[in-house]
Formats: sequence, structure tokens, C-alpha cells
Amino acid sequence: MAGSIEAPPPLWLLAELTYRCPLHCVFCYNPLRYAQTGAELSTAQWVEVMRQARALGAAQIGFSGGEPLLRDDLEELVQEARSLGFYTNLITSGVGLTPARAQRLKHAGLDHVQLSFQDSTRELNDFLSHTRTFELKKKVAAIIKQHDWPMVMNCVLHRHNLPHVDKIIEMALELGAEYLELANTQYYGWAWLNRDHLMPTREQLEQAEAVVRRYREQIGSRCRLLFVVPDYFERRPKACMNGWGAVFLSIAPDGLAMPCHNARDLPGLQLPNVSQQALAEIWQRSTAFNAYRGEDWMHEPCRSCDERHKDFGGCRCQAFLLTGDAAATDPVCSKSPRHDKVLQLVRSAPERRHIPIVFRSAAESRSL
Amino acid sequence: MNSSPLPQLTRRLRMQYEPAQSRWVLLYPEGMVQLNDSAAEILRRCDGRHTVTDIVGELEALFETQGIAPQVQSLIDEGVRRGWLD
Repeated sequence: MAGSIEAPPPLWLLAELTYRCPLHCVFCYNPLRYAQTGAELSTAQWVEVMRQARALGAAQIGFSGGEPLLRDDLEELVQEARSLGFYTNLITSGVGLTPARAQRLKHAGLDHVQLSFQDSTRELNDFLSHTRTFELKKKVAAIIKQHDWPMVMNCVLHRHNLPHVDKIIEMALELGAEYLELANTQYYGWAWLNRDHLMPTREQLEQAEAVVRRYREQIGSRCRLLFVVPDYFERRPKACMNGWGAVFLSIAPDGLAMPCHNARDLPGLQLPNVSQQALAEIWQRSTAFNAYRGEDWMHEPCRSCDERHKDFGGCRCQAFLLTGDAAATDPVCSKSPRHDKVLQLVRSAPERRHIPIVFRSAAESRSL
Repeated sequence: MNSSPLPQLTRRLRMQYEPAQSRWVLLYPEGMVQLNDSAAEILRRCDGRHTVTDIVGELEALFETQGIAPQVQSLIDEGVRRGWLD
């Protein structure tokens, strides 16, 4: 029951500083209705959130968005986070990371930068983000290295760029990334809307995975390659967020506290807001954070499954999107009675590509 | 597996004590390793100034024990394998 047992502390604080972004990526995981959310938290409010989260036990902080560099108080927030003892991660498109700002962020104590690319080619990078940013991102990668930050390069994968995985790895090596996150598209937000355009084939995935394995053997620890599982093609769900309300705490630009950054649209959750409630109270006692914590909420086939400690029943947002019931077994699991839905989404994608692709924008967001 | 004569935590990691968890952790981009007490005592001494023999000697004196060299060496080998140590 809520509040009867102390939950272990959150370890990760994801600070989504803003939903604003200069890019228009078709696979963005931000909520579709991001343009209709309330005002962004102030600097002082973010500082208070960080202090409370650190006191609870969070050790990692990710400054994300949207594009966090659109906040001109980013340096101040990084400095505060660093002095509180957080390991500070900036998760950015690179737009706005000028040499001057990089220097200020270095001075503020920023520990690491994750830079996104959309592809190894200018054409596809610029098409998928609906911006001319490819050359800029390369320059930003050089700025990151000049400031001696460890660099994670992130590239979302889908049917358009899976055949370029070797080139994407080569680019990461050339730019000096220490980690490359090959993030197969997860179908939430704008990616869910555009899923038919993004859905790869099993063959594409198998070929890409073989390329990744080959490179891993070749390059050793020079650059670590992370291949995020394409869960629609799996038979077991991902251990989403390592369990609901277990280690991960996400704060949205408007102050909503969420156990997962996609939880905004789950029905009946009554997500708490940091401007109205203390974080300890939210983490320990709110209905939302206890809704799917532990195992009491599980139904069959999860309830009696011997793998429930490993995958926690999968992803609640995916269960809701695909079955209409957030407490259902994630249909990615072959034991789910609705697993056919996942197979059908994969199978039907090629016939549904007459539906126009939607680039993320405030205007589209308001019209949805 | 060759460890350096003077093992040193890579500057890419930060090691710090976490009061909320009552333990030492290694922090790196988007990740964290939670250390048990003995791993923490060994890694804290991997500062590029102590040899493995020094570390063994210090810990044997501190904990009034003997014969921990294999345990220390295996943790250091593991640290090299995982990229924690230069």
C-alpha cells in the first residue's frame, strides 16, 4: 500500500527544463500536446527541486528537454547541481552550444554532454529534424572534445537509417565519442504518431545488430556501443525505468513529477506538481508514484510470472497505448494475450505510409 | 590482463560517498556503479601514487588482516577490464 513501506531513494533526476526545441524531429518522445502545457518552472523552483532530489538521494541529473540550451539559466542550474554533488549530464541537440556557452558550462562544472545526431548523412539528418543542423552538430562535437568532456553520441534508429549503422559508428569514432547510443525508436509521443514511417523490418535490425557486434570486436573499449533493444521485435518487454518509482524521477517543464517522462498521458494518474508538494512526499506517498510500484498492481500473466522481478511487467505507457489499460502486461511480451497487436503494428506499417509524416512543431501540437 | 604498477582511477569517472545509500559509488556519463565496502577501500587508494603492494599493505594494517593480495589484485584486474582504471 502507498506509504506503508519506505521506497528506496530515486537515483536519477531527469530535469526536462523546457519542451521548446529548434528541431522538429519526427520521432521526438515529448508529449504530442507539449505546446499546451503550463509555464516553465523558474530558476529558483528548479534549484529547489534539485536540492530536494539530492537530499532524497539522487546522484545523477540529466538536463534535457526539448532543448535545454534554450534556457539561459542553464549555467546557473548546472553550477548549483554540481555543488550539490550531482553528476551533471547535458542532453542536447547541440543547437546553442557556442564556444562561449561551452566555456561557461565547463566553468560551472558540467560533467558530460550527450549530443544527438539523426544520421551519418546531412540529407537524412536535416530531413528528419527539419532543420539544417548536420554541419553545426559536427562543429559542436569538436567543441565538446575541446572542453575535454566525455561525449555520448545518440542516434535514434529506424528504417531510414538502420542501413547506415556502420557509417554512424564511423562518424562517432571520427568525432571522438566515448559512447554511442544506437537508440532504436521507442514508439511514444511523435514517434508513435509517425510509427508507420519509422518501423523497420526484422532483417534490417538483424543486419544492423551484426554490424554492431563486428565493430564491438574491432574497436574494444575505444567507444562503447549501446544498442537499445527494438522492443516491438522482442518476445520479452524492457525493464522500463527499472521499475515504476524505483530509481527514476522525471520533472517536466511545468513541474509535473513523473515516474517516467512519458507518463503525462496515462489516465487517472493525478500527477503531482513540484510547485505544490515536497518531492519526498511525492516520491514516497503520492498515488501516482505508488500506482505501479512493486508487484501488487500486476494482473496475470505477470502476477505469477517468474520473470516479473526482471522486467517489472514492461512499460506502463506502452501497455496503455496498445491495450487501453495501463495495468496490463506490456503487449511486447509474448505471454500477453494482446501480443498480436504488436505483431500487427509491425506487419501493417508498410501499407500505412500514405498517412502523412508529421514533423514536431508547436502548430502541429496545438492542432492535435 | 595487465594492470599498471600504479593503478589510477580514470579521470572519466568520479568516485564519491553517497550518504543516502550509505556507500561509495562510481559516477560516469548517465550511469553509476554501487561499490561494496572492500571495493571502495581498494579503489579509493588507486590514485596513481600507490602500488598494488602498498594498497595491500595499507588495508592489511587497517583491518588487521593478512593474505588479501589475491582479492585486491582481482578487483584491480576487474577495474581495468571495465575501464575504471588507467
